Amino acid sequence: MSAAVSQDAFAAALADPARALPAGVTSARGAPDPLRFAVYRNNVHVSLVEALAKGFPVTRRLVGDEFFKAMARVYVGKTKPASPVMLFYGDSFPDFIAGFEPAAGLPYLPDVARLEYAWTQSYHAADAPPLGLSDVARIAPDALAAARLEPHPAARLVRSSFPVGAIWAAHQGDAVGRLAEKAGQTVLVARPGAEVRVTVIPAIDADFAAALFAGFTINDASLTGAAAAGFDAGRALVGLIGLGAFGAISREQTRR
Amino acid sequence: MPLSAPLPHRAGLGLKPEHYAQILEHKPELGFFEVHAENYMGAGGPPHHYLEAISAHYPLSLHGVGLSIGGENPLDKEHLKRLRFLIEKYSPASFSEHLAWSTHDSGYFNDLLPLPYTQATLDQVCAHVSEVQDALGVRMLLENPSTYVLFEESTIDEIDFMAAIAQRTGCGLLLDVNNVMVSAVNHKRDPYAYIEAYPIDEVGEIHLAGYDETQDSAGERLLIDAHGSAIRPDVFELFVFTLKRTGPKPVLVEWDNDVPDFDTLYAESRRAQAALDAAAGPDVKAAQ
Repeated sequence: MSAAVSQDAFAAALADPARALPAGVTSARGAPDPLRFAVYRNNVHVSLVEALAKGFPVTRRLVGDEFFKAMARVYVGKTKPASPVMLFYGDSFPDFIAGFEPAAGLPYLPDVARLEYAWTQSYHAADAPPLGLSDVARIAPDALAAARLEPHPAARLVRSSFPVGAIWAAHQGDAVGRLAEKAGQTVLVARPGAEVRVTVIPAIDADFAAALFAGFTINDASLTGAAAAGFDAGRALVGLIGLGAFGAISREQTRR
Repeated sequence: MPLSAPLPHRAGLGLKPEHYAQILEHKPELGFFEVHAENYMGAGGPPHHYLEAISAHYPLSLHGVGLSIGGENPLDKEHLKRLRFLIEKYSPASFSEHLAWSTHDSGYFNDLLPLPYTQATLDQVCAHVSEVQDALGVRMLLENPSTYVLFEESTIDEIDFMAAIAQRTGCGLLLDVNNVMVSAVNHKRDPYAYIEAYPIDEVGEIHLAGYDETQDSAGERLLIDAHGSAIRPDVFELFVFTLKRTGPKPVLVEWDNDVPDFDTLYAESRRAQAALDAAAGPDVKAAQ
C-alpha cells in the first residue's frame, strides 16, 4: 500500500529545506528525487522574493541585488502571504528591515521601504475625487477651523528623520547623483489624478500635515506649527489640498 | 450568466502593466487579453483604470491563480466573493483556474502545487469546481498542470482525471500545451499521446508559454514551467498538432517573468495566429 501524502506534510516539507520529502512523493523512476521536490521549494521562495523586489525597487537598489535577495529570503522564510491577493505582500517588510541586523549600517533603509509600501498602498487604493479648494471655500471660516479633514484613500504621509523623499527620487532614474539633503523629510504619497505622486512636504508644514492626518481639527493642527517663524496654516493647507492629500471634510466637527 | 460572448478563436496575450499605455495607444490586432484575477483585487487605481479601458476594446479572459481548487481545505469564500465582484464588474468572456493547490493553514504559497489523482481527490476537486461554478454563476475552464513529482498513491491517469471532472461538473478545460510538454518530459510520457487522448470537445482555450530546462538528481531532463521566454520549438510543434485535433480555439501566449517589450510579445502572438490561420484552412481565412 502506498503512502498517502497529506498537504500538511507537503507544506511542511516545502517550508523547511532541512526536512526530507514527504513519503509517497516519487518520480517516473519510482524513486523520490530531492531535486524535483526542490523545484517547488524554489518556486515558492523565488516568487515571493521577486514579489518583494518588485514592491521595493529603491530598497533593492540601495543594498544591491545580492544583499536584497538574502534579506528577502529571511523575511519570506518567516512571513508567508496570508492571502492569494499578493498586492500587499510585504506590509511588514519595513519593520522586518528595521530589526535586520546586517542592514543596521543603513539606518534610513526601513523608512525608504515604508515610503515604497505607502506607494503600493496608494497605487491600489480606492478611487475618489480629492477634496478641492472650492469644497473648502464653501465652509465658513469658523466652521473650517473646527473641522477635521479625512485623508484621501490614496494618501499616505511618511515621516522620517532621514531625507527619504530625496533618496527615493534620486533612485528613480538610471543615474544616481550625490544627495545634498541631510535633514529628515515628511513625504506625501498621493494619487490626485491617474498616477501616484511622491512629494516632500516643506519642513515648516510637516507637523501641521501630520496633525491633520492624525485627525486633529484644522485649528488644533495649526497650533503645532505656529511656533515656527514663517509658518502660515492657510498657505500650508492650500498646498496639501493641491497635492490631493484629502478626500473630504469630516462631518464630525467637534473640537478635540 | 455574467460572462459575455465566448472568446474568439484567435490568438491573445497576457496583459502586463508595462504595456498598458502602448496597447491603448496602438490598439494592436489581437483576439483577447487575459489577466490574472488576483492582480486586480485592489480597491482602485491604475490597474482598474487601464483594465476598464482595454476591456472596452478587447474580449477579456479572467484567469485565477489563487483559488486552490486542488486543496484539501474548503475554498476561501472571501476569495470567491472577490472573483464574483470582478466577473460582475468586467463581464469577462471566460473564467479559468488550475488543477492545483496553493493555500494551506500556514499561508499562501504563490505556486501551483500538485495533487495525487485518486477517487478521493477526484471527489474533492469536483465538489470544489461545482462550488466555484455555483458561486460565480459561470461555466469555468480548468487547466491541466505542469508537475515535477508523482505520487505513489495516484490511481487515475491525469487525462481521465480531467475528463471525469469535466463530465461530472460540466466545466470546460483549458489545455496548456506547454504544461503537457513539461509534464510529459518530466514523467517520461509521450506528449503527443496525451494530446491524442485528451477530451478535446471540452477544450475552451489553449495556453502556450516557454519552459526552462534543468536536470534532476539522476541527471535526467527536468523541464520547469517558467513563463519567462519565447515558446520553445517542440511546444510549438505540439501546438500545431493539437490544432489539427481541436480545430481553431482561443490561444493565449503567456510570458509572465522577465516580461519583454510589447513588440516581442506581440510577435509571439502572431506566430500563434499564423498557426491558427493555417489550421482554419483557406476557406475560413478568406471569409475573415
